[in-house]
Amino acid sequence: MPEIKVTPLGAGQDVGRSCILVSIAGKNVMLDCGMHMGYNDDRRFPDFSYITQNGRLTDFLDCVIISHFHLDHCGALPYFSEMVGYDGPIYMTHPTKAICPILLEDYRKITVDKKGETNFFTSQMIKDCMKKVVAVHLHQTVQVDDELEIKAYYAGHVLGAAMFQIRVGSESVVYTGDYNMTPDRHLGAAWIDKCRPDLLISESTYATTIRDSKRCRERDFLKKVHETVERGGKVLIPVFALGRAQELCILLETFWERMNLKAPIYFSMGLTEKANHYYKLFITWTNQKIRKTFVQRNMFEFKHIKAFDRAFADNPGPMVVFATPGMLHAGQSLQIFRKWAGNEKNMVIMPGYCVQGTVGHKILSGQRKLEMEGRQILEVKMQVEYMSFSAHADAKGIMQLIRQAEPRSVLLVHGEAKKMEFLKQKIEQEFHVNCYMPANGETTTLFTSPNIPVDISLGLLKRETAIGLVPDSKKPKLMHGTLIMKDNSFRLVSPEQALKELGLGEHQLRFTCRVHIQDPRKEHEMVLRVYNHLKGILKDYSVQHLPDGSIMVESILIQATAQSEDQGTKVLLVSWTYQDEELGSYLTSLLKKGLPPTTT
Amino acid sequence: MAAHLKKRVYEEFTKVVQQQHEEISAKKLRLTKPSKSAALHVDLCKATSPADALQYLLQFARKPVEAESVEGVVRILLEHYYKENDASVRLKIASLLGLLSKTAGFSPDCIMDDAINTLQNEKSHQVLAQLLDTLLVIGMKLTENPAVRMRLLDVACKYLTDSSHGVRNKCLQLIGYLGSVEKGATKETESLVTKDVQKIIGDHFNDQDPRVRSAAIKAMLQLHERGLKLQQTIYSQACKLLSDDYEQVRSAAVQLIWVLSQLYPESIVPIPSSNEEIRLVDDAFGKICHMVSDGSWVVRVQAAKLLGSMQQVSSHFLEQTLDKKLMSDLRRKRTAHERAKELYSSGEFSSGRKWGDDAPKEEVDTGAVNLIESGACGAFVHGLEDEMYEVRIAAVEALCMLAQSSPSFAEKCLDFLVDMFNDEIEEVRLQSIHTMRKISNNITLREDQLDTVLAVLEDSSRDIREALHELLCCTNVSTKEGIHLALVELLKNLTKYPTDRESIWKCLKFLGSRHPTLVLPLVPELLSTHPFFDTPEPDMDDPAYIAVLVLIFNAAKTCPTMPALFSDHTFRHYAYLRDSLSHLVPPLRLPGRKLVSSPVSPSVTPHEDPSQQFLQQCLERVYNLQHLDPQSTQELLEFTIRDLQRLGELQSELAGVADFSAAYLRCQLLLIKALQEKLWNVAAPLYLKQNALASAAAKQIMEETYKMEFMYSGVENRQVVTIHHMRLQAKALQLIVTARTTRGVEPLFGMCENFLQEVDSFQRCFISELPHMQDSFVDKLLDLMPRLVTSKPSEAVKILQTTLRQSTFLHLPLPEQIHKATATIIEPAGESDNPLRFTSGLVVALDVDATLEHVQDPQSTVKVQVLYPDGQAQLIHPKPADFRNPGPGRHRLITQIYLSHTAWTEPCQIEVRLLLAYNSNRSKASTRLSKSTWIDSMEAVPPSEYGIEGTIPFSKSVKVYIMPKPARRALV
Repeated sequence: MPEIKVTPLGAGQDVGRSCILVSIAGKNVMLDCGMHMGYNDDRRFPDFSYITQNGRLTDFLDCVIISHFHLDHCGALPYFSEMVGYDGPIYMTHPTKAICPILLEDYRKITVDKKGETNFFTSQMIKDCMKKVVAVHLHQTVQVDDELEIKAYYAGHVLGAAMFQIRVGSESVVYTGDYNMTPDRHLGAAWIDKCRPDLLISESTYATTIRDSKRCRERDFLKKVHETVERGGKVLIPVFALGRAQELCILLETFWERMNLKAPIYFSMGLTEKANHYYKLFITWTNQKIRKTFVQRNMFEFKHIKAFDRAFADNPGPMVVFATPGMLHAGQSLQIFRKWAGNEKNMVIMPGYCVQGTVGHKILSGQRKLEMEGRQILEVKMQVEYMSFSAHADAKGIMQLIRQAEPRSVLLVHGEAKKMEFLKQKIEQEFHVNCYMPANGETTTLFTSPNIPVDISLGLLKRETAIGLVPDSKKPKLMHGTLIMKDNSFRLVSPEQALKELGLGEHQLRFTCRVHIQDPRKEHEMVLRVYNHLKGILKDYSVQHLPDGSIMVESILIQATAQSEDQGTKVLLVSWTYQDEELGSYLTSLLKKGLPPTTT
Repeated sequence: MAAHLKKRVYEEFTKVVQQQHEEISAKKLRLTKPSKSAALHVDLCKATSPADALQYLLQFARKPVEAESVEGVVRILLEHYYKENDASVRLKIASLLGLLSKTAGFSPDCIMDDAINTLQNEKSHQVLAQLLDTLLVIGMKLTENPAVRMRLLDVACKYLTDSSHGVRNKCLQLIGYLGSVEKGATKETESLVTKDVQKIIGDHFNDQDPRVRSAAIKAMLQLHERGLKLQQTIYSQACKLLSDDYEQVRSAAVQLIWVLSQLYPESIVPIPSSNEEIRLVDDAFGKICHMVSDGSWVVRVQAAKLLGSMQQVSSHFLEQTLDKKLMSDLRRKRTAHERAKELYSSGEFSSGRKWGDDAPKEEVDTGAVNLIESGACGAFVHGLEDEMYEVRIAAVEALCMLAQSSPSFAEKCLDFLVDMFNDEIEEVRLQSIHTMRKISNNITLREDQLDTVLAVLEDSSRDIREALHELLCCTNVSTKEGIHLALVELLKNLTKYPTDRESIWKCLKFLGSRHPTLVLPLVPELLSTHPFFDTPEPDMDDPAYIAVLVLIFNAAKTCPTMPALFSDHTFRHYAYLRDSLSHLVPPLRLPGRKLVSSPVSPSVTPHEDPSQQFLQQCLERVYNLQHLDPQSTQELLEFTIRDLQRLGELQSELAGVADFSAAYLRCQLLLIKALQEKLWNVAAPLYLKQNALASAAAKQIMEETYKMEFMYSGVENRQVVTIHHMRLQAKALQLIVTARTTRGVEPLFGMCENFLQEVDSFQRCFISELPHMQDSFVDKLLDLMPRLVTSKPSEAVKILQTTLRQSTFLHLPLPEQIHKATATIIEPAGESDNPLRFTSGLVVALDVDATLEHVQDPQSTVKVQVLYPDGQAQLIHPKPADFRNPGPGRHRLITQIYLSHTAWTEPCQIEVRLLLAYNSNRSKASTRLSKSTWIDSMEAVPPSEYGIEGTIPFSKSVKVYIMPKPARRALV
């Protein structure tokens, strides 16, 4: 039985370090290769030793696919390819390929330069790693080898995010990566065609959320920011350099322009310039509005948003600052947060999901006193707001995607176990498909019934279709033929041809059955009775009375002979070929019941 | 040289020979067959290869064929068809057959048999499809004939089993167009076929080819369009098609479901997976709602559009469309709607606004939480959030239509519409503002909603702001704070965008008159009056102050207690504003102040009839004229014109009619005056002065008639005749005057001829109206026509003169509705003393903003004219996009004109005005003429009549102070 095996090395009932192994029809594919924000030890990277203990990874993996540039989807890539060792192809979309190294470099800097870790990947390793990357276009079918092919679909979420379809023969798996079903200010909605994969591996970050309309969210966000700024407070918005940041920038930029506000908006330097540069370049990956208006004005050329300098944080008066990273676990956003946390006029808006263990998660769950490094206690007086701007699909969005793709089974990753449980139940209930949610390291096996193509000779096809009624291509049809399996190919040919090819003579198989009937009358009289009886019952068949005293029902021969010893018992010989087995056995059973009593 | 000549001669010679040769062969054939077909036959015979033949056929297809020769051509084509081996040529022939059967005046029944016969032996699927298409064309021309239809239907059914999708497509199309419509027909067979047609088409809903499936649905829709009642049984089939893999099928299926839901709204259908039943229209509504989240945006647009027209849907379904969180099945809905809603919003699903509120709590009856099946849930929420703005606009439109029919839904959808005001695409914002305006009589805005609405006032787009003003004009506000908020925001808007002045005033006018009781408590604050202290008198010219006053005065109209709160200067300002801005400030009955009350009492309706009567009387008085002596005729006319003009000023509803009749009477007056001149009795050369007067009168009449024809909307044919008749008289007058003043006969010849031609064309244009014009000038003239044509110019002039004098005054029948085109230039206001300075030789842009009333087709007729002090005039054609259409009969021109001039020493004023361009070619009469007789009389008509173009100034001119400075020379 052919099977598809899925093993999450990360992101199984968890968010972070996405890494999923898929074996499909003998091909092994690794989906994403991310790091975990919550850990600083070995646990931050997936355990690649699961794949192979001592052999080269290249021998075990056919390809690696990266869905988008977020570090929890690509953070472990240089470690994986350069330090563990992998030389096979890595697939990602063009924007991902462009932006990914920037983020990796930034990540490396923070880990190595700031925290002083050793035994981490170097800049050169990032470069070498990127050399192994093959960029793909949307909807482009890429042949990894003769059998394995992959195809990217638009996923929304962030610039360049893609869903991937992995196909071997007639078996296929779709991996969604992170996706968003509602369009936002700068990206469109995820879309997939009705590709009916055997398995859909979907993220489920917001498995139990049904979000309000995005317009309410936007309005709330703007209102909160506006009010705080009018009060003279400072607003901190921790974001990841790319993705939500750009959306919120566009939102604030247009709002500032419309309302003619003067308070400065800053964006932490460095990454931003580079990132915005790429956003300007990959206009085709953005939403309808930006694509249509970029000739007049590229929306990513901000007028009101300026670069941030460390010294600005102490400036008096209102301001809005976008700072990285988004979960307040390190870096500039944490620094600014510590400076501003004491003033109740200020506000921090968390625009997205926070992993357990980060400062962001702590303040959102209501902690007002935080223990910082060096046993320092930080009292949080500033307002803490949460606005779900994460561009993940909500429960309804996930269901919508499943409806669009019509998979034969679903597997949930990238979410919390409890929430997944709920969604799993919903999916099974509504689509009547199996739904799995393996934990990290747990293997899910599902059996597929792939179609096996068979060549059929035209003559046979025509002959067989001519027999039935009007051909109806939608209905399965039964046909007789001989299946020849030879040299790894299947052929369906007519029996005669098969015999010819095999050089065999044709043998006929006949069944002959004797039926004893008590009848004192003469043979030909009895035959006539049998004839009349059969004629009466088998109205749809041709029943013939042959001159030599036998009866033909279609191609079945019935002969009557008299038992030599007992004149009262007649023997009916019923003979048929194996092709007519059905009718033949029916006839015998009919005759065995005996003839109806004659009226005469 | 000689050699060259020789060569040319030779060339020509050979050429001639060739032509002759061709002609001969053509002539030979012409004896038996019509010309076109003959030529074609020759061509096709000559064709050596299929490519050649194709070329000939293509050339042939470019020229039309006369109806008489169609049949011959068809025979020839068919003859070739049978001989032809190449499929592409056969295809072309087949398509030509279709083209030819379309020829007007040709009845294709004679070629139908042949066309059907050709089907028999055809092997190529493409040609088959084309032939079926031809049959379709034939069938369409012979829809009256049931036998033909039956025959074609048989053919179509026979070829439905073809293996090519193209052929099946065409067959289905054929069935769709020709399938029998008569239900309950007398004959048994007829009804049998009716049933069959739907079944046959329905069978192809499951065809393997998506193109055939969509063709089948379209054929079904076609049947519906032709009036055949579709059976309800199709519904379940159509529902299955909604999940088809192909978007064109889904799109068509959505339409089909919509049609069925309109046909059988009240039928009951079972819900699968439960034993409950619902109305069909509700079920269909749910299904279409479901399609709003389809994968293809074409389908989404289609679905969103159709939702709007499903007004019979039950209200609880309708309301679900706005609720995304509500995921209940029907049972739950029916019981405790509110409780259920609360349960969901607080329970299982988080809103995403608060952290951690999505922790799964105790599970609420999970069977009831249905994420997908109850499709209506949140359909509009999805539609309004869609990625494509086309879908969003469609959703807003649908919302509008549904809200108009259901007040409770209108109330609910308000929040969503308000949210759409912040859409990123301006078109969507605009659309949602308009939508809100349309449903505004059903709703009352809450304060928070008003807040969001008013925030849009800061939008930089003028269209948005103005749409919003229009919206505020007809909104209901619930609290006095709301009114105050609106006023404050509008004043903010006024300071930010001073050009919005007019629109804001108008908005406040309606706001005031709609909410008198809410304005009342605000009055002291707004006027900043104080119980003890006198406050300083505000500046009367401040637009913001005027805005406040407009609000208060309009509120005071229905609130008699309000004037008591006014201070003295408010009354003075009222008197001033009532005069200067009478359209914004209503007449008020102020206590103890008689001087303000206007002669026309505020209630207008009872006065309408008397003034109408007065108008009629005036005109009747005039129409009895001929029995009076000339002197009193003139006086009477003068009086009447004066009366009419005054009436027009007083009664704006009657202004159009009054002005129109006054203009006509003025023409008549001028004509009478001109004919009264003594010059007619005296030898010509002596009275040059009077004669100048007469010709001036003629010219003026011409101008007036053009104004009458082109400046009024609602002018009907009968009026046009009368106007043209008047113009003809003016032309006659002109001719007579010229005849008397010019010496020599030669120039007269031409003029007479022109005049006669004009009479001729007049007769042609208005032949149907002539019986109404007994005793008129033209009537008499036409009687004398034979004499006129033959006589000499001098005699003709004499005849004309007597006819003109004897002819009676033609009554001007008044049309139902007639409006004079007017234009008001709002900007530039012409008040500024600061000259607009610019460097000479460079260009300065001047913003022009004008409202146009009752102008038909302003894009092509309205021009802007700039007159410079040196007499130079510049005509500017505004772009079509500069015209907006805010309401019926109203247009708004917002454009920029570019000025430039050489340097002046002093600043000086230029004049800007609007012109209405006309072209007699475009006039109603000549279009009629050109339609009826363009083939034969086009050359005969003198071009002068058709080329008359001109402009009528129809706005007051505005002076703009400009100063082109000499260019400063830069140092080189």
